[in-house]
Amino acid sequence: MSILDAILTIVLPGWLLIGIVGLAFPFRSRLIYGVLFPLGALLGAVLALCALSGIVAAPQTRVLALGLPDLPFHLRLDALSSFFLFLLGAASTGISIYAGGYFRRGKGAIPGLLCLLYHIFLASMVCVMLTDDGYAFMIAWETMALSSFFLVTSDHRIPEIRRAGFLYLLVAHIGAVGILLSFGLMAGNAGDYTFDAMRRFPETGIWPTLAFLLALFGFGAKAGILPLHVWLPEAHPAAPSPVSAMMSGVMLKTAIYGLLRVGFDLLHAKYWWWGLLLLVLGFASAIFGVIFSAVQTDMKRLLAYSSIENIGIIVIGIGLALVFKAFSLPLFAALALTAALYHCLNHAYFKSLLFLCTGTVLHATGERNLGKLGGLIHSMPRVAWLALVGALAAAGLPPLNGFVSEWLMLQGFLFTSGLPQGYLHMLLPVAAAAFTLVTALSGFAMVKFFGIVFLGQPREENLLHAHDAGRHEFFGLVWFGVGCVLLGVFPNLVVALIDPVTRLLLDNGLRDVVTENPWWLLAPISRDRASYSAAIFFVSLALFVPLVFWVVRRFFHGNLDVYGNVKRVPAWDCGFPLQTSRMQDTAEGFSQPIRRVFASFLQHTRHHPSAFDSKPVYRSGVEDPFWNWLYAPTARLVEYGTRVVAFLQHGRIAIYLLYGFITLLILLVMTNG
Amino acid sequence: MNLTAFLIQIFTLLLAVLLAPALTGWVNQCRAWMQNRSAPSIVQPYYTLHKLFHKEVLLAHNASSLFRAAPYIVFSCTALAAAIVPTLSTDLAFSPAADAIALVGLFSLARVFMALAGMDVGTAFGSLGARREMLIGFLAEPALLMVFFTASLISQSTSLSTIVETLAQREFTIYPSLVFSSIAFAMVALAETARIPVDNPTTHLELTMIHEAMILEYSGRHLALIEWASSLKLFTYFCLGIALFFPLGISEADAPLQMIARAGVAMAVKLAVGGFVLALIETLSAKMRIFRAPEFLGTAFLLAVLAMLVRLLLETGP
Repeated sequence: MSILDAILTIVLPGWLLIGIVGLAFPFRSRLIYGVLFPLGALLGAVLALCALSGIVAAPQTRVLALGLPDLPFHLRLDALSSFFLFLLGAASTGISIYAGGYFRRGKGAIPGLLCLLYHIFLASMVCVMLTDDGYAFMIAWETMALSSFFLVTSDHRIPEIRRAGFLYLLVAHIGAVGILLSFGLMAGNAGDYTFDAMRRFPETGIWPTLAFLLALFGFGAKAGILPLHVWLPEAHPAAPSPVSAMMSGVMLKTAIYGLLRVGFDLLHAKYWWWGLLLLVLGFASAIFGVIFSAVQTDMKRLLAYSSIENIGIIVIGIGLALVFKAFSLPLFAALALTAALYHCLNHAYFKSLLFLCTGTVLHATGERNLGKLGGLIHSMPRVAWLALVGALAAAGLPPLNGFVSEWLMLQGFLFTSGLPQGYLHMLLPVAAAAFTLVTALSGFAMVKFFGIVFLGQPREENLLHAHDAGRHEFFGLVWFGVGCVLLGVFPNLVVALIDPVTRLLLDNGLRDVVTENPWWLLAPISRDRASYSAAIFFVSLALFVPLVFWVVRRFFHGNLDVYGNVKRVPAWDCGFPLQTSRMQDTAEGFSQPIRRVFASFLQHTRHHPSAFDSKPVYRSGVEDPFWNWLYAPTARLVEYGTRVVAFLQHGRIAIYLLYGFITLLILLVMTNG
Repeated sequence: MNLTAFLIQIFTLLLAVLLAPALTGWVNQCRAWMQNRSAPSIVQPYYTLHKLFHKEVLLAHNASSLFRAAPYIVFSCTALAAAIVPTLSTDLAFSPAADAIALVGLFSLARVFMALAGMDVGTAFGSLGARREMLIGFLAEPALLMVFFTASLISQSTSLSTIVETLAQREFTIYPSLVFSSIAFAMVALAETARIPVDNPTTHLELTMIHEAMILEYSGRHLALIEWASSLKLFTYFCLGIALFFPLGISEADAPLQMIARAGVAMAVKLAVGGFVLALIETLSAKMRIFRAPEFLGTAFLLAVLAMLVRLLLETGP
């Protein structure tokens, strides 16, 4: 049985079966959350294993006699799709187990329905990555969009959530139109709608560029690239946390997959300025995302903006790869693409971890607002330490995984001396400066996130009694926490894993260079140029901290017992006598330096209480400027357009029949003439 | 990884850890002279550390496990950073494991833990210090990386040992790019090591504190480790500046032992001069308001970018 068959006969039907069984017993929540979700997780692990062997295997194709007559589904499993399937499988294992524990404690949605939609969502993402023709791709893509829409709105009784879901659906469909048109263009030229025909596409004139731009628009809407990012900060807080994790960690990557498939595989990355466009958009998204994530006050919105930032980083890597490929520097192109794909994997891990942590916090406290949390490290220490792993990884700090991909990316930026284009040669190292700013700012945002939620004094009474994560939830968190460490400590393995993908897309990979060195040393270009050893780094830190601890104990406090029972006293705080939890920084307070430094960039609205208010309120908020600059004018334009068109509408059937008749006549004239 | 490299590594690390407080003492001494005060002994920081290590730790009621782990982590990160920087010899066992980017990563790991520890007890001053420290951090980190990038464009490598070897062996000419980046580096170093004009290490006024505000709640051995780590960070920044801009005398791989001894003497002289200059800067300038710091560090960042552009536009060859 080939790998593709294994996925088609075990994983996909398995997930669908789980969903149907769930629907058959819609209220048996013990069955659904205790048995079905863990089974789904097991299938996720099977998928990850299949995909792992699929990465190195030769491409496999199948034609399924599904769909319309004469329009069968074409499927193909190659290194690119295997890599993303691995990401999906690995992430869904952790998230499904977690979801089993999370949903059990939730209320609202019908368990069976949730189970069905969740597993259809998973299966549709697998289909997106397996399909090999435009028609099946669009079906899978739309199934993914719809099932995730229903998952986002699973608490549909809350109006805000309905609104967020509608926005998500709207942007998803506007994007889908772009993708459909892009496929239409390519199919029109190729004469066939299969990807195979499109790959052999006669490359003429403006058409490839147009197809690329349409695809960029469509996939950009799904990924949250800059002007189309608005749905992310609305949909992520609205969705249940495992769904947010799945959407942010995995679904955004399907758009990256689509971009790579169309840009590199189908259109062969023809022009260098496509890469420049991606670089500009990526930088805009990354800088915008990170600044806005630093000023958020809702923890899930903070993470949503951070997702925009990370998608920006991935797009930067892809753009860099495109530029290098167009100037035939294949090794650097492979380096940049490896960094981008590595970051996809890393982001899937640390962002899922962080979203799941917010889910646990949300269940324990019922609060998403950072200003009402705090001190949770006392009541939920295990979750806090795991969240710290995720936050450090997201901040791009060594020795965790986020650092490795950012390190690789910087290597790509630095050694661009082979570029023939003078400006680019000059611009790219300077762009590295902007990149470092993004990584440094993400550190700020993550310190804010972790510090405000888990450290300090509890800002509300009820936080003292918050309960720690349950068994299933804890397993899910550990899965991602360990993953963050492993992905960070064994970069050579991951780079070797990505190698077939870059070979498929760019005919070059880093494997040969990387395997020249011992397993613990990552040197992507050559050892003289740059090397990083996460393992040594990790081991020395892990040895050094206990060593310092031991030395301090041994030489200075030999009489202390292991637990070091120390004296507890009230906090010093410079002798200030009155201390309440209200005197700590709030989320707004902590991000005040950012608001001040980037004041011209942010639209900051503030409401001060006056001296005569009986109930003084202080409100401070930062709005997304794109609403006013772009979306509100567009909405007005659309409304105006509908009013213009409305004169056609009279509500009388005779007139509508007349319209039909006239259209028919025009069509007849056109086809005859 | 050969044995000499390993031994040199251990030796330089121990030297850095043990000598770092002396450098702080020297700076304090110079500053006292210039300000016409009677100077404390150069070994005063050791006495302070000794005293702190023998004092009892008093923990705030609300302090968590992270608060107690942070001093050890911060100290270890700083010590590892000190180990990467070539002070006496470029032949370091640890140098392939971490390049300049990883060095910046280590510093920011230490900073993040320090800031989190500052937020942990939940006092007003702690989180004030944490947010200011992160502000300085995110402004200083890109500038520091840009300084390294300029140097690595010259040497075609981000490994600190290779950078220093290339810079030490070139014929002596003044590179405009290095002049710009040395100024940028000096500004970043002042900010990162919490010196005047960005922060004042001897301040007693809480509202102007940055670094000191975060560590207000620490006492006993925890405070000792943090103070030691601060000294070590200052020492490391000095060594970095020397290695990047005045590398003459740092011995390379397979150098005989007397070369290393000579490097040691050269290093001591450079550190003494550097400490004097730092004290001079601190005496001549006043601490600025916290919101002038972005302008200060923004200038450093622009200078570093300028250095890189100068390198790309005007200079060719190593």
